[in-house]
Amino acid sequence: MTEVLSEQVGRGSHSGALLEVDDLHVEFRTRAGVAKAVNGVTYSVDAGETLAVLGESGSGKSVTAQTIMGILDMPPGKITGGEIRFRGVDLLKLPEDQRRRVRGEGISMVFQDALSALNPVFPVGWQIAEMFRMHRGTSRAEAKKKAVELMDRVRIPAAKDRVNDFPHQFSGGMRQRIMIAMAIALDPEILIADEPTTALDVTVQAQIMGLLAELQRDSNMGLILITHDLGVVADVADKIAVMYGGRIVENAPVHDLYKNPAHPYSKGLLESIPRVDHKGQELYAIKGLPPNLLEMPTGCAFHPRCPYRRDNCVTDVPPLYTISGTRGSACHYWREVIDEGEH
Amino acid sequence: MKANTESILEVRDLVKHFPLTQGIVVKRQIGAIKAVDGVSFDLHRGETLGIVGESGCGKSTLAKLLMALERPTSGSVRVHGRDITTARGAELKRMRRNIQMVMQDPYTSLNPRMTVGDIVGEPFEIHSDVVPKGGRRRRVQELLEVVGLNPDHINRYPHQFSGGQRQRIGIARGLALQPEIIICDEPVSALDVSIQAQVMNLLERLQNEFDLAYIFIAHDLSVVRHISDRVAVMYLGKIVELGSDAEIYDSPTHPYTQALLSAVPVPDPEGRETRQRIILQGDPPSPANPPSGCHFRTRCWKAQDICAEQTPALEARPGSGHPSACHFAEARDVVNAQ
Ligand SMILES: Nc1ncnc2c1ncn2[C@@H]1O[C@H](COP(=O)(O)OP(=O)(O)OP(=O)(O)O)[C@@H](O)[C@H]1O
Ligand SMILES: Nc1ncnc2c1ncn2[C@@H]1O[C@H](COP(=O)(O)OP(=O)(O)OP(=O)(O)O)[C@@H](O)[C@H]1O
Ligand code: SF4
Ligand code: SF4
Ligand SMILES: [Mg+2]
Ligand SMILES: [Mg+2]
Repeated sequence: MTEVLSEQVGRGSHSGALLEVDDLHVEFRTRAGVAKAVNGVTYSVDAGETLAVLGESGSGKSVTAQTIMGILDMPPGKITGGEIRFRGVDLLKLPEDQRRRVRGEGISMVFQDALSALNPVFPVGWQIAEMFRMHRGTSRAEAKKKAVELMDRVRIPAAKDRVNDFPHQFSGGMRQRIMIAMAIALDPEILIADEPTTALDVTVQAQIMGLLAELQRDSNMGLILITHDLGVVADVADKIAVMYGGRIVENAPVHDLYKNPAHPYSKGLLESIPRVDHKGQELYAIKGLPPNLLEMPTGCAFHPRCPYRRDNCVTDVPPLYTISGTRGSACHYWREVIDEGEH
Repeated sequence: MKANTESILEVRDLVKHFPLTQGIVVKRQIGAIKAVDGVSFDLHRGETLGIVGESGCGKSTLAKLLMALERPTSGSVRVHGRDITTARGAELKRMRRNIQMVMQDPYTSLNPRMTVGDIVGEPFEIHSDVVPKGGRRRRVQELLEVVGLNPDHINRYPHQFSGGQRQRIGIARGLALQPEIIICDEPVSALDVSIQAQVMNLLERLQNEFDLAYIFIAHDLSVVRHISDRVAVMYLGKIVELGSDAEIYDSPTHPYTQALLSAVPVPDPEGRETRQRIILQGDPPSPANPPSGCHFRTRCWKAQDICAEQTPALEARPGSGHPSACHFAEARDVVNAQ
């Protein structure tokens, strides 16, 4: 835990979850217009908990994560509203030097594309060791020793012999392990993994997901897993936030969402995936295309594609209705969707 | 999906080795990458043969060999009995009409400077006898309609379309010459789940309509199961198991197939605590230096001495009613294992 933050708030002295994103708004001002990438995202994650953030390409998953990390491109990005509270402290109000401490020690991130996230001209061990030197002022020799320990911990075979190897000398799966090693180097309380296995084969994906689960168990990290793979989510998530057009359209504990979705988009997604465990009939296909952020549909952003649409959906933006203490749906007709019965 | 057993494509002992060279001025061959290393199978009229396997196992190289975009090191690819690998000139051109390809990446596989009409109509320029010049525009518009695109968009450029729409453009182009065989190399991998379903449904509809045979390459085993009548599993340049979709998914007999299937996450959280997983250790070995005997033995939990000494043939065995390249083939349902 960071000293900076511990000075401000003692451990456990606030009532909310460890990390709370509250009504976050982010837009990009581009020549083509203002793209509202994040339009009121609210989610939270606690220690030891896994939140899966699910959604189509362009729905704002990564931009939300970048904003939490404080690495959003500004400009063209601009945070136009909301709070991101870590241990109850709004990170968006912290000065940059304190923010930097939170990054890595409080919250850290594994990026989707491991090859481009690693620096090709430095040995991987050096890059891991750099985390300790920068944040902790650890000596060179000590930092290198720690790098080897970490490479061992993420199961790089013969870590000691490979600490001086360069990124291109590792396979995709091993590079992703090295990224994970860097992300957990400073014992963060929250780890954000943005599509950590999308570029990898299923057998390697299974290894990496197993590793993340184990690391999480050992250190009781909160994990935010960004993905569009409904299989991975079903496997590891405690709860799910489904994003569409920059908003959370449904949040729910994992079992509830798969059994009985409460938003037409989540329901459509579940019905449109082929399954490995049985052959199935023709797939349900959500018709149409994801929204254009420059010209968001009026009312409910999903209305041009929604089979449940009524007239008021075109004009009235649905709030995130509370279904229960742990569930919400941004659909005027969530009762009808949920009543259609168990999956 | 109603397949009959007339073979329209017969692949026998197909091999493609890429030379590995060293030296800049004087190139010396120091070895070979065995990208495709003895592959045989038949494709029947109107069926879908799925090909699955991890990155680098040779799927795309196999596709290129079937299209005669690469020349094999040895082996044959017969289309209606004629070998495309030895065909040249006019004969090759004629044979190619019958096999078309849809590529993985809808973002880079279309020429950004050509209009949709030019892209879909290009095969008519190459094979100018198929549709007379005056009728081409009309034909392209028909094709756009078949794949669910607006025929009025014929003058637009690829960047004006979404990924799923671009994939439809690629499919329309593949259909232009009315081939019997379409090879799809990861046609839906780059697409969102909701768009994936649209494209897969389209492929199935077109298959029924035009009696197409597909070779469907993908690393997503759920997608392959959904669309395929039969499935071939590849590992390091070889097919290790070949069977109907039920044979491969419900009773796989090769340890690699079992490991691959058990690694696929099932989109249902019920029972996840007790689901059994075979987690393979390590990465696949380099195709430049595959292990002796069974290529999978370095990661196989069942390996015995014989596995290093004898290459297991792809054939039906006492423990496997369908072809499996394992000395100890034995059915095991890993997908539904609890
Ligand atoms: N630096 C930027 N400048 C302009 N627009 C941006 C920038 N970064 C992101 N965007 C836009 O914000 C929107 C949300 O992007 P984001 O990367 O969060 O999507 P995502 O949900 O992570 O999608 P994917 O699944 O493809 O990773 C997109 O429309 C994207 O084009
Ligand atoms: N032109 C080439 N020259 C040398 N090696 C090649 C060439 N093309 C492919 N290879 C090698 O052959 C092997 C098989 O490659 P291929 O592209 O067929 O695999 P793949 O199964 O399609 O993989 P992916 O799932 O990643 O697309 C790889 O090791 C690759 O590096
Ligand atoms: S609010 Fe209306 S359009 Fe939006 S998801 Fe619900 S029913 Fe569909
Ligand atoms: S032949 Fe031997 S090494 Fe190969 S898959 Fe079978 S048991 Fe394993
Ligand atoms: Mg993203
Ligand atoms: Mg390929």
